[in-house]
Amino acid sequence: MIARYGSLAYLTAILVAPVSLIFWRAFEHGFHPFWAAISNPNAVHALKLTLEITVVVVPLNTAFGILCAVAIVRHRIPGMGLVNAFVDLPLALSPVVVGLALYLLYGRGGWFGDLGFQVLFALPAMVLATTFVSLPFVVREVVPVLREIGTQQEEAAATLGASSFTTFRRITFPAIRWAVAYGVVLTSARSLGEFGAVSIVSGGIAGRTQTLTQYVQASYENFDQTGAYAASVLLAALAVATLFLMTVVKRGDRSS
Amino acid sequence: MAIEARNVTKRFGDFVALDDVSIAVESGSLTALLGPSGSGKSTLLRVIAGLETPDSGEVFISGHEATALAPQKRGVGFVFQHYAPFTHMTVWNNIAFGLTIRKRPKAEIGARVDELLELVQLKGLGKRYPAQLSGGQRQRMALARALAAEPEVLLLDEPFGALDARVRKELREWLLRLHDEMQVTTIFVTHDQEEALEVADAVVVMNNARVEQVAPPRELYDDPANPFVMSFVGPVNRIGEAWVRPRDIEITHEPTGPAREAQVERIVRLGFEVRVDLVRDDGERVHVQLTRNEAEVLELAPGDIVYVRTRRERVFSANGEPTRPVPA
Repeated sequence: MIARYGSLAYLTAILVAPVSLIFWRAFEHGFHPFWAAISNPNAVHALKLTLEITVVVVPLNTAFGILCAVAIVRHRIPGMGLVNAFVDLPLALSPVVVGLALYLLYGRGGWFGDLGFQVLFALPAMVLATTFVSLPFVVREVVPVLREIGTQQEEAAATLGASSFTTFRRITFPAIRWAVAYGVVLTSARSLGEFGAVSIVSGGIAGRTQTLTQYVQASYENFDQTGAYAASVLLAALAVATLFLMTVVKRGDRSS
Repeated sequence: MAIEARNVTKRFGDFVALDDVSIAVESGSLTALLGPSGSGKSTLLRVIAGLETPDSGEVFISGHEATALAPQKRGVGFVFQHYAPFTHMTVWNNIAFGLTIRKRPKAEIGARVDELLELVQLKGLGKRYPAQLSGGQRQRMALARALAAEPEVLLLDEPFGALDARVRKELREWLLRLHDEMQVTTIFVTHDQEEALEVADAVVVMNNARVEQVAPPRELYDDPANPFVMSFVGPVNRIGEAWVRPRDIEITHEPTGPAREAQVERIVRLGFEVRVDLVRDDGERVHVQLTRNEAEVLELAPGDIVYVRTRRERVFSANGEPTRPVPA
């Protein structure tokens, strides 16, 4: 009883109330102000930029995540334990620190300060920052599943004549596909919501290098509360959509 | 020789799994690798399959050096202890796997899989998933999958280990028939001496990473090379320096020649077999195996004073070598 009502009260206070408040404030004066706020060209650009970053980051971290998980679980490479520990770094390290590090690395006078194209205050730096912060999710989802399925099916495929690539495609991947899907959903959610690291390396120029989270902050600071709430609702809607995807993935996982 | 391992050594860290092991397996034979767990028998099988690389030594398959050859290229069928079914594929696709990856024509694959389903008595179950099969069925599916690409050599790791006693016995007989039909060189790993003696043409007894003896089942039982083999392939009494099988002790009511007095301690009836535990007048404990008829004639009861005499015993010298069997 205490556990049930206690956890419900906790969830309401911490999660439901603030999110509901955002929705309420966004639609306080009806649908029109909301629509006007999100169809503002800067808001539309911010949404597009956020989606662009996500579309680049998710495949990168999915491919890397699978490779990394296979390397950690299947190959006894010296130093793999260190890699395993490092993968969690983005979860522990504040995104602001990541942003600052990228700023120093790619800024004027940094090691990669002059690559011949604009990195800092442009899409490349924003992608790098988002890639960093969303890196662990696919690895963390896939590693335990790979451990659990063991090596016997892969060995069996090898004795039957399958090359390592065929074995991965026909045996390993089908076994980890739901874990990969789950990791992809989490990576997407993290990428859509990223603020700290990106806000340092993007410059946050409205209509050019401003992501949706930054747009929320800028609107709020400029006393455009409707704009801030409307963009927040958009972010929340994207989050709900990913949550929905996650449920679908979980159901698929159970049925297989 | 279909398979040969020469001076194979394999270590896992500090643990020595195979210590200078050499075996030769004849073409078309059915060979058992017999030993207690941890004796290195599974590792030897995995080295032959190419799933482990030996630290030193060589492996030959059908006369070709195969030590560094990838498992894909060895032409070896392997059945894993827990069958390693491809869980997300149907039984049909499991069996077809070796053929589909070789891109054989569809019609040929279909015909071969149907033939194998029939052979392993899984006809009509092709559309099921491995999780929907019983242990014995899964085992036969794994066997069909290994046989699909017509391997030169079939390797089975504890093939009946995870099954209950009745299914085990059925599958054992069935494997024997299958081997007679297909004549594919087969090696199986087992820790069950009865299984090895019943099924195999030749038995390799392993202990502590080494080969103790290689012999046909009968020779192994009658003429064991050392005390380990003697005690591993069947029950045994150790009386002083001599090793005696419980079958080779005779019980009489009257003293005859060199017979010694003994008291019956316990009688266990196991169907056709009767086990009698006795204590000799010199304090030695002996176990005797009788048939039910023999036991009925003797009419033994706990506490009875009888006379025991060994019909056959073996003495091994200090280095484990057998001296001549001594008829007592």
